[in-house]
Amino acid sequence: MHDLTLAELARGLASGDYSSRELTTALLARIDHLDPQLNSFITVTHERALADADAADQARQNGQAGILAGVPIAYKDIYCTEGVRTSCGSKMLDNFAAPYDATVVEKLKLAGTVCLGKTNMDEFAMGSSNENSFYGPVKNPWDTRLVPGGSSGGSAAAVAAGLAPAALGTDTGGSIRQPAAFCGITGLKPTYGRVSRYGMIAYASSLDQGGPMARTAEDCALLLNAMAGHDPRDSTSVSRVVPDYTHDLEKPLTGLKIGLPKEYFGDGLDSGVEQAVREAIKVYESLGAQVIDVSLPHTDLAVPAYYVIAPAEASSNLSRYDGVRFGHRCKDPVDLIDMYKRTRAEGFGDEVKRRILIGTHTLSEGFFDAYYRKAQQVRRLIRQDFLDAFEKVDVLMGPAAPTTAFELGAKADPVQMYLQDIYTIAINLAGIPGISVPAGFAGQHPTERRPVGLQILAPHFAESHLLNVAHVYQQATDWHQRRPELDV
Amino acid sequence: MQWETVIGLEVHVQLATQSKIFSGASTAFGAEANTQASAVDLGLPGVLPVLNENAVAMAVQFGLAINAQIPEISVFERKNYFYPDLPKGYQTSQMAQPIIGPGEVEITLEDGSTKRIRIHHAHLEEDAGKSLHEDYHGMTGIDLNRSGTPLLEIVSEPDLRSAKEASAYIKAIHAIVTYLGISDGNMAEGSMRCDVNVSVRPKGQETYGTRAEIKNVNSFRFAERAIAFEVERQIDLIEDGGKVIQETRLFDPDLDETRSMRTKEEANDYRYFPCPDLLPLMLDEAYVEHQRTTLPELPAEKRQRFQHELGLSAYDADFLSSSRPLAEYFERVKDVAGDAKLAANWVQGDLMARLNKDSLDITESPVSADQLGGLLLRLKDETINGKAAKQVFADLWERKGESADEIIDAKGLKQVTDTGAIEAMIDQVIADNPVQVTQYREAEEDKRGKMIGFFVGQAMKASRGTANPQQVNALLKQKLDALL
Repeated sequence: MHDLTLAELARGLASGDYSSRELTTALLARIDHLDPQLNSFITVTHERALADADAADQARQNGQAGILAGVPIAYKDIYCTEGVRTSCGSKMLDNFAAPYDATVVEKLKLAGTVCLGKTNMDEFAMGSSNENSFYGPVKNPWDTRLVPGGSSGGSAAAVAAGLAPAALGTDTGGSIRQPAAFCGITGLKPTYGRVSRYGMIAYASSLDQGGPMARTAEDCALLLNAMAGHDPRDSTSVSRVVPDYTHDLEKPLTGLKIGLPKEYFGDGLDSGVEQAVREAIKVYESLGAQVIDVSLPHTDLAVPAYYVIAPAEASSNLSRYDGVRFGHRCKDPVDLIDMYKRTRAEGFGDEVKRRILIGTHTLSEGFFDAYYRKAQQVRRLIRQDFLDAFEKVDVLMGPAAPTTAFELGAKADPVQMYLQDIYTIAINLAGIPGISVPAGFAGQHPTERRPVGLQILAPHFAESHLLNVAHVYQQATDWHQRRPELDV
Repeated sequence: MQWETVIGLEVHVQLATQSKIFSGASTAFGAEANTQASAVDLGLPGVLPVLNENAVAMAVQFGLAINAQIPEISVFERKNYFYPDLPKGYQTSQMAQPIIGPGEVEITLEDGSTKRIRIHHAHLEEDAGKSLHEDYHGMTGIDLNRSGTPLLEIVSEPDLRSAKEASAYIKAIHAIVTYLGISDGNMAEGSMRCDVNVSVRPKGQETYGTRAEIKNVNSFRFAERAIAFEVERQIDLIEDGGKVIQETRLFDPDLDETRSMRTKEEANDYRYFPCPDLLPLMLDEAYVEHQRTTLPELPAEKRQRFQHELGLSAYDADFLSSSRPLAEYFERVKDVAGDAKLAANWVQGDLMARLNKDSLDITESPVSADQLGGLLLRLKDETINGKAAKQVFADLWERKGESADEIIDAKGLKQVTDTGAIEAMIDQVIADNPVQVTQYREAEEDKRGKMIGFFVGQAMKASRGTANPQQVNALLKQKLDALL
């Protein structure tokens, strides 16, 4: 059962091949057995999972089961789940059990899904390798010497390892797409505002967006159907009709205009990755698509602009972790300042502190115009690049990351790590949707073949089209069906 | 040297919304600690703010009331600083693009003249919680009930030149916000708080002196006292060869002084930036015009009308328009009695004196406007005389009757104007007081005027106050003079 897609499981549940309890029990057992070597979960919610499963089975008996009823999923530990530890990968929130459900958690619960647990992540979603977690790094199921990517590394690894058919991630600068690419799964970052951020612990509010991570585009469509929509509790969520994202999946791609941004195929791109991506594009050509070279001239400014805007917002968003009301508090503070200093020194990891410092600096009097204001201007230029490109083409394609998964500890220099996101960050700055789909493998030796992700980008709110383009490719290829070999 | 005082005020008005500015929690005052703080007010991880539309409407109404520019776009920003009663580590406020642009407020000075004070801008922001330092054995308690309460901060230009002007300005703002019904204006409960910027400069100098900001000024009276102290401190300092430094000072009403809190060097860098959780607020013309239709008549307009249409003095017009409940009370009395001046005299005189004596607000008056109007109607049509009117008023106050007419009937206070009846009483008074009559007859011409008072008193007493005093006076004089 662990090899099946979400859609297949939903059909199996609907036709009574197995109950949700049977499915959930099997997956919990697999998690207990395999996760010690992967560390993809921070918290496994055995009891809640079985209770959810029983409720879904009951609903099905009563004829009230929706399409996702009884399907188990996992949540990145950034989503607040009522009564369950919601750590955000941080010591700061190790003792924090959220008193409420995030809007998307509530929606998926209402759809009848089963919560398996909370997945590991880079602390406060800051990282590209999942090495920045208080709960230790996550291992890539394809090769446990490798990182799974980040920050939604736990979700990506759990899905790749068949511990969960799908998991939710969040993407601020590539945190869904890059780990999806590293782990050989499908990950969708929706348009900013498509999915409610309420209850999703904020890293950089103007960039954060939650999305599904699963085996296939079809699975992502099923989950997005349940997740998307306006939330009166999130002022930045958009009031716009939610289509049925599965409706257009099969549409033929004849006449599809694919733009290849030349900036996404330049220096620093691993040749194996490039080769796999170009192969994928050939598949699209064989499906009737037309390929056009385009330019996104401000691409090289995306990483610098991001590392001004995201840390600035983070420095403010993370001020609430002060030891006063919840979370970690240092022992025996002598006074208020001592409490603040030691609480935050002990509670946050190095990368979080680094970004708080950067953000605090860039917002400071005398630096604001040079950094923050300038970065916002750059952001508008980057967004305009995409709008201009979409005048000429329907979708853009390129690699999701410049390399395949690297070894744990390989990137000690933060700037090297930041450059992991050169192809994903601009998408968050522009607010458009993007998806990473498995597009083969790269590597010198057959024993070192590592997954490659093809990134597909579409205009704002064109998720239906994006999923259609991804799905048709998955009908023509089998990369998404490959599974890592795990010691069972 | 002659010194000139320059004052600018930041008045924080708590808006009378039912719920908080960014959450659905109640804003009611006085609840048990932390019972009116939602997940949003506590700043829990993952929560997001949603702007309260009523707070926006109230801010716009204020803007219209001061003839301010109302920009199409305003932006909420985060003011970042750490404090235990500030749950998120930032206050959501407005900085570069406030909801209300430049406007002006007219104040009335003691001599009845008016002065226009320019408003720099007004912006919306959320209040912080409260730190409780007592009863926690060396620790501090935090009450977040107030956290997220909507505030409108009204920032004046440095147009005020004395403590009295500052106080008049605060009163004018108080009148506007209570007229609009956008705040209860209750200073004791902190619904209006002021920060006062004070500087002094030699008279005639154009540039401003260095200012000090005084925090924690929570009443009209405190504002005057704090400014008076601060002006004197600054002048003394300069005259002794010192220099005023830019700093924040705290007013201590117990010691009647201001004390330094922090200097400019110690000031926080608040690292303002646009709040990414709230989109820019867009207000189109239709919205603003709709808000305009909800505006009541405002204090300045009322004052004008009282003075020019009702013929009240500038002082009376200003006093009676100073609060909406008072103005509404007065107007009702006037309508029932049909006499504006009489109504003004009674409301300002007898009614106010009695209310002040019992420390009651106009809204708590035991005598309703209809009752007082009914009483004045009987005074005006001479059913009763002035003395009886005071008695009826006292009885209404004690709730001894439903209406003036009822009390007048029950107590037989109806003025006696029947000449025959009065003549009979007067004859009796003259007969009963032969000694005084003789004295009157023997008195000098010019002393008699005074002496007649005795007989009037006796006659009024005999009528239990119901005789028409003018009639009594005239008849007595006629009869006594006939005895000469």
